[in-house]
Amino acid sequence: MANESNIENRVDQPTGTEFVGHEWDGIEELDTPLPRWWLWTFYATIVWAIGYVVAYPAWPMIDRATEGVIGWTSRGQLAEEISVANKAREGLLEQIAATDTALLTDDPQLMQQAVAGGAAAFKVNCVQCHGAGAAGSPGYPNLNDDEWLWGGDLESIELTLQHGVRWDGSDQTRFSLMPGFGDIFTTEEINALAGHVLSFTGRSESSATGVQLYADNCLSCHGQSGEGSRDQGAPALNDAIWLYGSSETAIRGQIRAPSHGVMPGWKDRLDPATIKMLAAYVHSLGGGETLAQQSDEPAEAADEQP
Amino acid sequence: MSTEPTQATSRHQKLERNITLMAIATLITVSIGGIVQIAPLFYLDNTIEKVDGMRPYTPLEQAGRDIYVREGCYTCHSQMIRPFRDEVERYGPYSLAAESMYDHPFQWGSKRTGPDLARVGDRYSDEWHVQHLKDPQSVVPESIMPQYSFLAETDLKVADPEGMLTALRRVGVPYTDRDIQMAEADLAAQADPFSNREDLEERYPKTQVRDFDGDPDRLTEMDALVAYLQMLGTLVDVKSAAAQQELAEETGR
Repeated sequence: MANESNIENRVDQPTGTEFVGHEWDGIEELDTPLPRWWLWTFYATIVWAIGYVVAYPAWPMIDRATEGVIGWTSRGQLAEEISVANKAREGLLEQIAATDTALLTDDPQLMQQAVAGGAAAFKVNCVQCHGAGAAGSPGYPNLNDDEWLWGGDLESIELTLQHGVRWDGSDQTRFSLMPGFGDIFTTEEINALAGHVLSFTGRSESSATGVQLYADNCLSCHGQSGEGSRDQGAPALNDAIWLYGSSETAIRGQIRAPSHGVMPGWKDRLDPATIKMLAAYVHSLGGGETLAQQSDEPAEAADEQP
Repeated sequence: MSTEPTQATSRHQKLERNITLMAIATLITVSIGGIVQIAPLFYLDNTIEKVDGMRPYTPLEQAGRDIYVREGCYTCHSQMIRPFRDEVERYGPYSLAAESMYDHPFQWGSKRTGPDLARVGDRYSDEWHVQHLKDPQSVVPESIMPQYSFLAETDLKVADPEGMLTALRRVGVPYTDRDIQMAEADLAAQADPFSNREDLEERYPKTQVRDFDGDPDRLTEMDALVAYLQMLGTLVDVKSAAAQQELAEETGR
C-alpha cells in the first residue's frame, strides 16, 4: 500500500511511482500499487463471503453450527434431486408396477421402456457377476442364450430375481442341490459316468457302467437323455451350454464335488417395478420365452441348443 | 538503508528480518484458520450422527480390515459415498460419519480407481468375493485389480488379538473387558459355522457367522477379508424411509 507519511516521497521518473525507501547496492524498490481490478475483486470476495456465511451453514456455535438463513443442506438438496428424478419416472413406474408381468409384452411401448430401465438397473446391480454384456462367466450363467435353469418367461425370471438362487434370505428361493459323488463312486465309475454324459452331445462313447450309473443316480433330475428339468433346476446335459465348464475334467469335477452357485434375491433391495424392468431386460436379451410357448412344448426350448 | 523508515514499515521490517518472529507470526495466523475449521468438529454434537446399530468390529472383521490396509486396498477403493445423486444411485445410501467412527484409520476418499466399498456388504455372495479376490478378471474381464489368490492359501495369523482390541480401546473404540478376553476365541468362532454363535452375536449384533472362504478346515486371511467386506455398510439401517427423511431434513450441517 502507498505510504503517505513517507518522509522522502522520491518519485521514480520513468514510471512516476514512489520509492519504498529500500536500497541495496543501488537497487531500489518501487511502491507500485495493486492493480485496481484486482483490489476490487478482492473486496468483492469479502462482500460475497459475508453473504455466503449468512445464507449457508457456516459458523460453529456452542453445540451446533449456524444453519444459514436459506436452510440449505447437501442432504436436503440430494433428497430434492432424487425426488425430482423419481417424479419424472413415477408415471412409468406406476404403469409398470400395475401391469401384470406376463402381459408386459402386450404393450410394446411400455415393454421398450421397461427394457431400457432394466438395462440401467442391470449395469448397477448385475454386471459384476453376469458381465457387462450379460454373457456370464464360468459359474455365472449367460443370460443371452435360451437355456434357462429356472424358466425363461417373464414371470419365472421375475421370481428368480426376487428370491435369488440358494439365497438364505428367502423361503421361496430357487433351490437345487446336486449331491457330490466323489466319496461314493470310484474314479473309474466317475469317468464312465462323465463319458455317458458326454455321449449326449456325441463327444464320447457311452458304456454299460455309465448308462447304469446314470439311470440310478442322475436320471430322476437330469432326464433320460440329459434334457434337464426346470422344476428341479437341473441343467440340461445334452447341449453346448455348461455353467461350470464343458471339458471332461470339469464335468468329472462337477460330479465329484458340485459347485453350488448363489444368487442373492433382490426383493428387499429393489422396488417391484425395478425388478419387473430387470426381468423385461433379461427377457429381451435373446432367450426370452412366452408362457404359451413354454406350456406347449416344455422341453423344446432346451433341445434347440446345438 | 538510504532513508529513515516510518513506524509502520519499521514494524514490518522487524518481522521480515527476524526469522523466529516470522515463524511465530505465521504459526499464529495458520492456527486461527485451523482452529476455526477443525476444533468445532470435536465439540459440536452433530458432527457424528447418533445412529442405532453401529458397533465395534469383531476380531475377525478387524483382522480383515488390517489385511485390507496392509494390501493397500485403500489406494484404489474409498469407503465414503458422498450425498450426490450419481453416487447414491450407484453405491447406495450416502455414508454417515457415525459409520466410520470405529475406523482407525478411516477409509474416506473420493479417488475411485475401483468402486467405493462403503456398502459392499451383503451385495455379493462369499463365493463371488473369493473368486473375485483370487482372479478379478474371471468375473469382471475389464478389471485392472491385481490378483490376491495368496490370501486363500495364507493362514490367518493375528499375533495378539487381545492386544489388537486393547490398542483400539485406548483410542476410543468401546470394546468391553469380555470382548478383549474373548478376542482369540471370537476370531475363530466367527468363521466356524458350528460354533456357539449366541455369545458372539449378543456382543456383536448382526455378526455374520459362517465359513467365508469355502474352505471350512482352515482359517485363512481370505476368511477375515471377506468377513470384513460382507459387514461393510450393513450395521446401520440407513435405508429405511424414516431414516432418510430425518437426515434430509436436518439442518446446520
